Amino acid sequence: MLSAITPDVGWPLIIDLFLRFLLLSLLATGGALSLAPAMHKYLVADKGLLTDAQFMGSIALAQSAPGPNVLFVTVLGWQAAGFWGAVAMTVGCLMPSAILAVYAGRKIVSNPNSYWMRGLREGLAPIAIGLIFATGIVLLKPWINEWRVGLVTVVAIAIAYFSRLAPVYLIAAGAVLGGFGLLQPGS
Amino acid sequence: MITNPPGVSELYWAFTKMAAQAFGGVLPIAERVVVVDKKWLSQKDFVEMLAVAQAIPGPNIVNLSLMLGDRFQGWRGAFASAMGCLSIPIVLVSILTLLFQSFSEHPVTKGALLGMGAVSIGLVVAMGLRLIGSQSGYRIGWIALVGTVLAVGIGGMSLPMTMLVFGVPAIAIRLWQIRGQGAGEAVKTQVSEKE
Repeated sequence: MLSAITPDVGWPLIIDLFLRFLLLSLLATGGALSLAPAMHKYLVADKGLLTDAQFMGSIALAQSAPGPNVLFVTVLGWQAAGFWGAVAMTVGCLMPSAILAVYAGRKIVSNPNSYWMRGLREGLAPIAIGLIFATGIVLLKPWINEWRVGLVTVVAIAIAYFSRLAPVYLIAAGAVLGGFGLLQPGS
Repeated sequence: MITNPPGVSELYWAFTKMAAQAFGGVLPIAERVVVVDKKWLSQKDFVEMLAVAQAIPGPNIVNLSLMLGDRFQGWRGAFASAMGCLSIPIVLVSILTLLFQSFSEHPVTKGALLGMGAVSIGLVVAMGLRLIGSQSGYRIGWIALVGTVLAVGIGGMSLPMTMLVFGVPAIAIRLWQIRGQGAGEAVKTQVSEKE
């Protein structure tokens, strides 16, 4: 159990994770989920620290617990490199934008609709939304041949969009369906 | 202006309570607590602070808690509020992760996580769809939006590259359009429903 909490991944990796997420944090427009494609590319495709299933599971676990969505970064950190991975990635992801929020907040809050702030906000909004859809595609891509997974996703989209049902019930329903092996009957 | 500003520990506990009851986004709850229950901010102040929190990189609710804490108690208040948002949820999500990890080879756990993941993707996409509804009338933005979806989702474009190729032109064109509208025009703040 202890080896699961602090696996021996080496400090160079922890530092690398910290610095990488420090830089990513400054590009996080429109919430932490817009960073998911970049994190997927780095952790799954480039470094091979996580599988596609683990990456998707991390977002699911974070959404099934209370609190801000950004905590999927903590879950990714746990799975990629144990306790210190979780610390490095969470702090790396939150610190720069936190300092910026306080300093920029003091300057901007008196006039949030200035010319520059409006341009920045309204100009970046489409990118932020685009990144959220891209997150959906990146996560769903590995399951392209599993039509049942796609069907659950489509039903979840419809219910989440048209009703005010709390997301945690939907996730619980997904856990039950999957737990009974209804999504991958072959395996 | 409120007469009795909240102290550091009150900020911490207020945000702890908000975060603990928030499944899938803290912002709607934050609006009710901060504006209606505690009356720390007026509706107008809240909307303006939220607009700034959304424009700054980082999670919107964390940015908002930092700015609110800073307004009343400086750096210590900012830290306390952000910790309120994060500390207990971090512990909960870590316990959940370790539980799932220790049973990760079990087929039921694998299947359950796959089902939860499939739903999560749905929640993410539904959030994107709702945000589209809050989009202002920025037509050229649609090109940037679709371009970002294709380049990042299909093409695997990196985030810095995306900002360069789509973000910078989108901001530049928007700034140019706003200047064209004239500076004297009244400005309506767009507030999206979710973080």
